[in-house]
Amino acid sequence: MNAVEINGLTKFYGKSRGIVDLSLTVAEGEFFGFIGPNGAGKSTTVRTLLGLIKSSGGSAKIFGTDIAEDKSKILAQTGYLPSEAVFYSGMRAGEVIKLSADLRKTNCSREAAELCERLELDTSKKIGDLSFGNRKKVAIVCALQHNPRLCILDEPTGRLDPLMQREFFEILKERNARGATVFLSSHILSEIQKNCNRAAIIREGKIIACDSVEALSKTNAKRVHIQGTADLSELSEVRDIQKTENGTSFLYGGDINNLLRVLSKHDIEDLSVSEPDLEEIFMHYYSEGGEAK
Amino acid sequence: MTLIKHEIKQSRVSLAVWTLSIASLLAVCVFLYPEMKGEMDSVGDMFASMGSFTEAFGMDKISFGSLLGFYAVECGNILGLGGAFFAALCAVSVISKEEKEHTAEFLLTHPVSRASILTDKLIAVILQILILNVAVYLAAVCSVAAIGEEIPWKEITLLHSAYLILQLEIAGICFGISAFLSRGSIGTGLGIAIILYFLNIIANLSDKAEFLKYITPFGYADGADIVSQVSLDLPLIALGAVYAIAGTAAGFIKYSRKDIK
Repeated sequence: MNAVEINGLTKFYGKSRGIVDLSLTVAEGEFFGFIGPNGAGKSTTVRTLLGLIKSSGGSAKIFGTDIAEDKSKILAQTGYLPSEAVFYSGMRAGEVIKLSADLRKTNCSREAAELCERLELDTSKKIGDLSFGNRKKVAIVCALQHNPRLCILDEPTGRLDPLMQREFFEILKERNARGATVFLSSHILSEIQKNCNRAAIIREGKIIACDSVEALSKTNAKRVHIQGTADLSELSEVRDIQKTENGTSFLYGGDINNLLRVLSKHDIEDLSVSEPDLEEIFMHYYSEGGEAK
Repeated sequence: MTLIKHEIKQSRVSLAVWTLSIASLLAVCVFLYPEMKGEMDSVGDMFASMGSFTEAFGMDKISFGSLLGFYAVECGNILGLGGAFFAALCAVSVISKEEKEHTAEFLLTHPVSRASILTDKLIAVILQILILNVAVYLAAVCSVAAIGEEIPWKEITLLHSAYLILQLEIAGICFGISAFLSRGSIGTGLGIAIILYFLNIIANLSDKAEFLKYITPFGYADGADIVSQVSLDLPLIALGAVYAIAGTAAGFIKYSRKDIK
């Protein structure tokens, strides 16, 4: 069964674009990454799936239920972690977690207590007194305490410290191993690469690539900086060549051995090979597919 | 049920402040009455001869010198206006505050339909209005008893019922408006209450503007009319109920298809 099935989903806010004709399938049990820069339409997609906004066209199903049909049924099986965790400021963290459970008509206090302990969250504090990171932890507990079949996470690690990020992904992996589907929306490439099996790349409201993370990473070019002179014409898959003061910088998408063989024939003072940043990966898909505008 | 409890807990401070303020103001006015009673004959004449101003506040129909006349005017101003403000503020923010304070995303991603969220919120508003009015009614009756006057049960009950109905009507309309707003609701609520109040004053002033009574709920909650006729204007109240139901229904329809920011 498919956890998420999106068919030609479109959303316009008045005249401005949200997402355009977006199609995507996530099988149950997948750890799925959804990556794109700010404003690409990640949150629009997620919010449409959750029924916070109405689509302008197309359809989507979660566990076979159409989002336009039975929202409550979908939401009962879903845990959502919003990018901005905002709660009723006068309440205590524990009260918010209890309210969330009550609204779901479930009693999951044991699960909640365990999550709070792992995330080192003090539930007696008032929401207004909590830091952003701690508020995010409250949101994580609210999203996971009822053991949802599908976890939808919108830029989950923002404002969490690295230790907590690790613990959080640890929890997600455990849930995933127990059969939960994870839909992780993020603009941090490494997060997706480390955790997801499959991922889709969204740009300007459209999916421009959707594949296993391995396949996506393979096509990922490296950013190569060299100091000195080199003849790059022997190399294929070289893009975005920029001349610097006494060297060259370019994106290389081919075999690394080839690159080394060619470079060794030349007089090179210094060499650095780095992961291209997200923008460069988009450029890569941009120049290859040419789909996005 | 969860949400009703949550709503009332969230607004318990504001409910307590409004209830105490209105109840104590009303009691203070009643306590002032014995002192003023002696001087009232001359004051009453003066109030009765201020021309259209007298009519605007309905003082041509009742005697300001009797407890009932005095109470009808005071009650009209304190409970009428105060209650209208409370009902308007309470209802106009009850839906819109979720978006204004960015908690809508939290609330609406739980498996509760929007219609049942609105129903619970509406019940919470009505409960708060009932709590305020019962407390104020008790305070009024007790303070009249405390100054040793005979309690005019029928008139006082009619007066308070009229204001309760007025508050429910304003709440119904403001509740509907609240579904359309996503920020800045307080000004809207206060504005509506004030405009409706002044529409009635204008209606009292001029015969040509009397049709305004069919618009504002203050038309049927006029203390002077109620005390002098010892009855409520049921057709006007029925019309008010139609406005309240229409407003609430519009809110439900709007919110079921609203994009939450």
